[in-house]
Amino acid sequence: MTPPNFPIRRPLEVMAIDDAKSWRAGLITLWRMTRIAWLTPWQVTFALVATLFSATMQLIIPRLLGRAIDQTQLFASDPAAAKSALMATAVLVLIVSALRGVFTTFQNYFSEAVNHHSGVELRLRFYEQVQRLSYGFHDSVHSGDLITLGLLDVDGARQYFSTGLNRLVLLTILIGFGGVMLLRIDPVLGLMSLSFVPIVGWSSSIAQLRLRLTWRDLQDRMSVLSRVMEENLGGIRVVRAFYAGAHEQEKFDKASDSALDLAHERVDIRVRSTGIMTLSFLVAMGLVLWVGGAKVMAGQMSVGTLTAFLTFMTILQMPVRQLGLLVNSFARTSTCGARVFAFLDLDPAIADAPDAKVLTLTDGVLRFENVDFAYPSAPATKVISNLSFTAARGQTIGLIGPPGSGKSTLSHLIPRFYDVTGGRITLDGQDIRGVTLASLRNAVSVVAQDVFLFTTTLENNIAYADPWAAPDQIEQASQHAQIHAHISGLSRTYRTIVGERGASLSGGQKQRVAIARSLMPNPAVLVFDDSTAAVDANTEARIRTALQKGAADRVTLIVAHRLNSLLHADRILFLDKGHVIEQGTHAELLALRGRYRALYDLQTHGSDREAAQ
Amino acid sequence: MIDQTAVEQDYQSDRESAPGAPTLRAVVGSHRIEEEMFGRVFDPQIIRRIGAFVRPYRRQFVISVVAVLVFTVTQLAIPMIIRRAIDKGVMVGPAGMPVLYQSLVAFGIVIALNFVASHVQETVVGKAAENVLFDIRRAMFAHLQRVSLSFMDKTEVGRLMSRLQGDVGSMQEFLETSVLSVGDIVLLFGIITLMLYLDPGLGLITLSVLPVLFVVRIFWLPMARDAFIKAHETNSAVNGALAEGIHAVRTVQAMGRETLNAQLYDAKVQANLATHLWAAKLAQILVPVVDTLTGLAMSLVVVLGGSMVLDHRLDVGVMVAFLFYIQRFFDPIRSLTIQYSVMQRAMASGQRLIEVLDVAISIQDQPGAVDLPETDGSVEFRQVSFGYEPNQLVLQDISFRVEPGQTVALVGPTGSGKSSAMALIHRFYDVTEGAVLVGGHDVRQVTQASLGRQIAMVLQEPFLFTGTILDNIRYNKDSASRDDIIAAATALGADPFIRALPQGYDTMLGERGGSLSTGQRQLLSFARALVADARILVLDEATASIDSATEQVIQRALAILLRGRTGLVIAHRLATVRHADKIMVLQAGRLVESGTHAELLREAGLYAGLYRANYASFDDVG
Ligand SMILES: Nc1ncnc2c1ncn2[C@@H]1O[C@H](COP(=O)(O)OP(=O)(O)O)[C@@H](O)[C@H]1O
Ligand SMILES: Nc1ncnc2c1ncn2[C@@H]1O[C@H](COP(=O)(O)OP(=O)(O)O)[C@@H](O)[C@H]1O
Ligand SMILES: [Mg+2]
Repeated sequence: MTPPNFPIRRPLEVMAIDDAKSWRAGLITLWRMTRIAWLTPWQVTFALVATLFSATMQLIIPRLLGRAIDQTQLFASDPAAAKSALMATAVLVLIVSALRGVFTTFQNYFSEAVNHHSGVELRLRFYEQVQRLSYGFHDSVHSGDLITLGLLDVDGARQYFSTGLNRLVLLTILIGFGGVMLLRIDPVLGLMSLSFVPIVGWSSSIAQLRLRLTWRDLQDRMSVLSRVMEENLGGIRVVRAFYAGAHEQEKFDKASDSALDLAHERVDIRVRSTGIMTLSFLVAMGLVLWVGGAKVMAGQMSVGTLTAFLTFMTILQMPVRQLGLLVNSFARTSTCGARVFAFLDLDPAIADAPDAKVLTLTDGVLRFENVDFAYPSAPATKVISNLSFTAARGQTIGLIGPPGSGKSTLSHLIPRFYDVTGGRITLDGQDIRGVTLASLRNAVSVVAQDVFLFTTTLENNIAYADPWAAPDQIEQASQHAQIHAHISGLSRTYRTIVGERGASLSGGQKQRVAIARSLMPNPAVLVFDDSTAAVDANTEARIRTALQKGAADRVTLIVAHRLNSLLHADRILFLDKGHVIEQGTHAELLALRGRYRALYDLQTHGSDREAAQ
Repeated sequence: MIDQTAVEQDYQSDRESAPGAPTLRAVVGSHRIEEEMFGRVFDPQIIRRIGAFVRPYRRQFVISVVAVLVFTVTQLAIPMIIRRAIDKGVMVGPAGMPVLYQSLVAFGIVIALNFVASHVQETVVGKAAENVLFDIRRAMFAHLQRVSLSFMDKTEVGRLMSRLQGDVGSMQEFLETSVLSVGDIVLLFGIITLMLYLDPGLGLITLSVLPVLFVVRIFWLPMARDAFIKAHETNSAVNGALAEGIHAVRTVQAMGRETLNAQLYDAKVQANLATHLWAAKLAQILVPVVDTLTGLAMSLVVVLGGSMVLDHRLDVGVMVAFLFYIQRFFDPIRSLTIQYSVMQRAMASGQRLIEVLDVAISIQDQPGAVDLPETDGSVEFRQVSFGYEPNQLVLQDISFRVEPGQTVALVGPTGSGKSSAMALIHRFYDVTEGAVLVGGHDVRQVTQASLGRQIAMVLQEPFLFTGTILDNIRYNKDSASRDDIIAAATALGADPFIRALPQGYDTMLGERGGSLSTGQRQLLSFARALVADARILVLDEATASIDSATEQVIQRALAILLRGRTGLVIAHRLATVRHADKIMVLQAGRLVESGTHAELLREAGLYAGLYRANYASFDDVG
């Protein structure tokens, strides 16, 4: 038995993300995240200032406590004086602690706020970029991978300020200033109590590199796992039809196990580095106790100073543990951030030209002039070759041809979902690449072959292109698409929610909702890409009649396989492998006795003949 | 899971805001359909269910609890050792040297224990937590393979995915921290005990600050809870909208909705921001309280403890130890507070996970279900009625029989129930009344696996998986060789286009076969059904996106394939169906006519009408 073979390839590899091996890329990412954080300069400043103060307060506390201990020793001869001195220290301890609390609050709140603002910024940019990138890009990525990027990676990157930058500042102050303070009190003991810092630094750097790599790989494997789950749920009817539950479970297990392995590895790396950090800290503490204790015994140091050293180290214990988190945070930001920025930096293949003008429609003439086209993913394979035709307002052009002959491709070129690779397409003499996308797409409406309906009400779906439409406009479009009667029969009529991909409508009903949706903007060019395939002949005839009225004002392109859908076309193009091999009216094509005629015979008499055999 | 009423209300409120004025009919992301809710902090039901997944790893969890206890004890021991070193060593002068060294050795041992314990605990619990999570996810996935299609029809993939990923993820945090919580609680009680042991009076006075904290928390909790719920809810709204934006990107661009959608999304993101900032404020409000209380406790020790030291009623080492403990004292309280919200989130997530696991499997093998024997392939409907909703019948009183080896066609207007009837043969749904028999057996009385093996389907919407063309055609028929696959593709006329692809049969397909034309995808799903090699073949408008010439190739292939097999074909192109052994015409869920092409034409009923609609116009021209 061959194991199920599905790819564990790197998702989003099209983006050619620089890998974790490059430190520079990581630094650039951090720099860019810093700039995004700086979009809210006040919050950043407040956070940093509050951090400075809270760290200072934190440093003062051990000194105060040490002083209290000394006061119990030095003033032993004068208890009264000692007690009032202790009272003063106690008040200071209280005030400093309270202030520390207040500043910590500000520090945490503002750095959280910066995180959220960075998140908002990244999310909005991400969303806009998703909508900006053209079909060619979306063809090349799996939507699940994009979702992972938009949720997990954005989330990983946005936490940079509080978990990374601000914490770095805090730790630097605590360890730096604290260190200077301790060194001034007692250089030897100071050095000892700080001896854990380089070890921690070293082990964090190692861990950072490795975590970054595993984090990235884990993310990739989780993407694969998500993809398996998502396709399974999306294609559940196929899974059920083939009773392939076991097969799917096997695919799932394979993806799941490989992700689990890596998740375990990540735990190991994390534990190893935090373990070393804590250990080196405690060893330093033991050293301080040893040497400090000896010094106190020798009378070279007060017991209060020793307490201050030890307290200071206790206070440092949290930040030292946090060094691990800091490492994690930088690893996460540079990995996630790099992926997000790589995505945000992509230029859409199709965008408004710098001097793009608004499309002006006069005669409504659509013209293909020697159009060539190859998909970006397969530049060598021409899907459309040297195709020319002209269609004037009021005309209907029929397109027919075997699967893969380029009919859908052709219809996708008109609204510039893809750009032609040769020749040009014009509307009223204006090259469509020279006009704004908004105006072009407003004028061109394509009823796509695969219908995507939004999970919302039917009226929201139908009014998608024109959300300010009045109810009677919506109703009229539905009437033309022969779906009004069905909708009226539903208990909530136009307010019925249709599910994802319109699960509770039959195939033909979905197609008719899509047709109604495309009629709303009243387009100058209307393309039906095989959009009545699931509609029966009677209903289709009624749709055609209803559309006849508006047809005088527009160019209509119909891709269809049922010949009577094309019967009334002014011209029919027969496509094969991207070439027009026959064209003319129905009668002309019949007279030609070519491929079209053969289809016609098949659809009318062919099977009779076959049955007779 | 779709709550129409809630949505209606959303709408009503939109409407009322602008009576008469034009209304914006636009949203991004689906409506708030299911209540996002926060669970109780401690829901025994959920704990028990999740506990079932933990059970296989109880050894690991026991080990880590032990390790946490050891770790906590070492934490507690360190100040005690320091105290001893100071009181009995340092303060005694040179004579105390041995005590200092003893303490240092003890310190070393404690450090080593601390290191080992934390290592064991974090590794073991970290890995076990991952295992539990992956097990839960696996169980959910496996369950979803068995729940009825009517559930899947109503449930968005995105929602299930968010449970399979997001909710499983928040369980991770919980599982990892729950062991730590044990340590925190032990630490808390350990510190209290030790302080009382060291000096009961000073201990009691120090602890007297605690009630304040509890009072503050009583007021704080409900507010914080609300804030966290809101933040969580707006998160799902934003994430849902993003997922929709990605899935629907082609439609969005085609309809030119980018700008408006960006604005709507912006509004959602800003709302999300506001709730998060509020939650962050509330989360931080406790910090100064805790810090002030810590300060108060320390000042008490400084003043009272200091006086006691001066009066020689207390050793200075004890005072040092007290100061140490106080600083460590609030740490567990703080992390328990954090864990409280983690736990809350986990309970809510756990609830959602269990909901998935609890979806009733309405269609399953009956206790005495037998394997359907190699059948003759006959299919029979006996007075079948069926509705997706109990009160809305989609099929009514349908009876027919398909003899083994026959090819039968179903025709009728869209929405007449053709696809639904086919779904019943495979027992995607159970009939409301009557019975469906395959090979003479009621489909409810045989195992689903054996039924599935005998039926292959080509569905209206061709669905392909990420993978190579070869994998897609083979799908779960592991025994199919490369040659079998190529033979199937060749028979259907798909071979030439497949060979023209960059890597031929090994070409990787994009998402849902996106780099192929719909007709090509349909050809592949055809090939997949051929390779499955089943007794009964169901074609649901499988040739709708294919031209007649290609279709003829398919028909020829089918003619060979269907020899000795039973075929059920739905089609709109009547040329496709007219040489079927029997044609059945459905209308509004009823079987209105049936017979051969010639018979039905003679009857001059619906079929004759449909036939003319297809050809009348040709007759005009021709
Ligand atoms: N997104 C894409 N990327 C690469 N190739 C594609 C893509 N979409 C379609 N093709 C290829 O282009 C050719 C024409 O496809 P299409 O225009 O969809 O055919 P049809 O005439 O059936 O509508 C086919 O060979 C198909 O495999
Ligand atoms: N999964 C579903 N849940 C609820 N209603 C459905 C579902 N699928 C189809 N329907 C409804 O059942 C009726 C019959 O649909 P269907 O069997 O798909 O028709 P046909 O295949 O003849 O076009 C339609 O009114 C449709 O809206
Ligand atoms: Mg159908």
